[in-house]
Amino acid sequence: MNSKPLNFALMGLALLAIWLLLSGLYKPVLLTFAVLSVLLTLWLSARMGVIDAEHHPVWAVARYLPYWPWLSVEIVKSSLDVARRVLSPAMPISPTVFEVDASQHTTMGRVVYANSITLTPGTVTLALDGSRLTVHALSSDTIDYLLSGEMDRRVTRAEGQRAGNEPEPPSR
Amino acid sequence: MIIAAILAIMVTMALAVTRALLGKTVYDRILAVNVFGTKTVLLIAALAFLTGRPDVLDIALAYALINFIGVIAVLRYFEYGGPEEDLR
Amino acid sequence: MDLVIDLLSWFLILVGGAFGIIGGIGLLRLPDFFSRIHAASLTDSMCAPCIIGGLMLQSGLSLVTVKLAFLLVFLFLTSPTASHALAKAALHGGLHPGARHPSAGEPPANGGHEAADGAQG
Repeated sequence: MNSKPLNFALMGLALLAIWLLLSGLYKPVLLTFAVLSVLLTLWLSARMGVIDAEHHPVWAVARYLPYWPWLSVEIVKSSLDVARRVLSPAMPISPTVFEVDASQHTTMGRVVYANSITLTPGTVTLALDGSRLTVHALSSDTIDYLLSGEMDRRVTRAEGQRAGNEPEPPSR
Repeated sequence: MIIAAILAIMVTMALAVTRALLGKTVYDRILAVNVFGTKTVLLIAALAFLTGRPDVLDIALAYALINFIGVIAVLRYFEYGGPEEDLR
Repeated sequence: MDLVIDLLSWFLILVGGAFGIIGGIGLLRLPDFFSRIHAASLTDSMCAPCIIGGLMLQSGLSLVTVKLAFLLVFLFLTSPTASHALAKAALHGGLHPGARHPSAGEPPANGGHEAADGAQG
């Protein structure tokens, strides 16, 4: 499922699709350029060693797809909360720094978790050190929500799906 | 209605420029410039719809890339070896 | 059906514009740098997707929509990275982020390096 040629073929197809969709012109000359530039990109990525199971964008997109709708709802909810705090005359904010544990076992999973925290208005990841995240929150009310660990569990679950190319997550 | 979106974006840009001018720290200014850049991308996209020339969207894509790389580059400069007196 | 899509698209564009302005106000009103990051993240992760989503509904199914989708995905990947880089650089630069929650363990002596040490201790 996860051999090297397959990853390269998938990457090449994805790049070719991006080129075709962005250019929108299908003349032979341009298609030749498309194939050449895709090959050049693949060669450069092979030299850099960035195409493997964990970093492969096709697998990553597929793996985290079920997580996106939930994250969108969270973003809307916390946006409304931050907007209320910004607009109210008293400005009820209490900037706080705190730390949470990330239970993901891959680097990619932790990065997704840290980026989700940053993407949600009201919380920003300041540092990611091993499995420990330092988070800055606009108000201390949002801390309890993050400490309850729902987002953490959901990222771990999304990471665990389609785990055919990765070691099993440790049981907790 | 696109006009309303463009006006809202331009108001946001004006507020961001005000923050960039007021500043206090250099990071406030970079943050404001980052917001300004993101809003520029949106403005170009909205203008593409207003003028009915969707080709302009390519410029918006390129601008999004340049904005991100520019912010990271400026941050690198100030994090490692910028002029010390500007940091605070 | 067209009317519904039209209304939805205008609604999204208006909401996006409103959140952009709120984020701009927050950028001016909030008292310190680390709080202002939250205002910026409000414009990045609420205003941009709403406006681009509204424009996507306007354009229907075409290459324009695909380009807007690329724009959206790209903004979604880069804006948290830029926010994080800014916050990290500011910590390195010696800005103080605010009070520490009891859950954070020992407080750092100062700056960002010490925060990492405190996590292990």
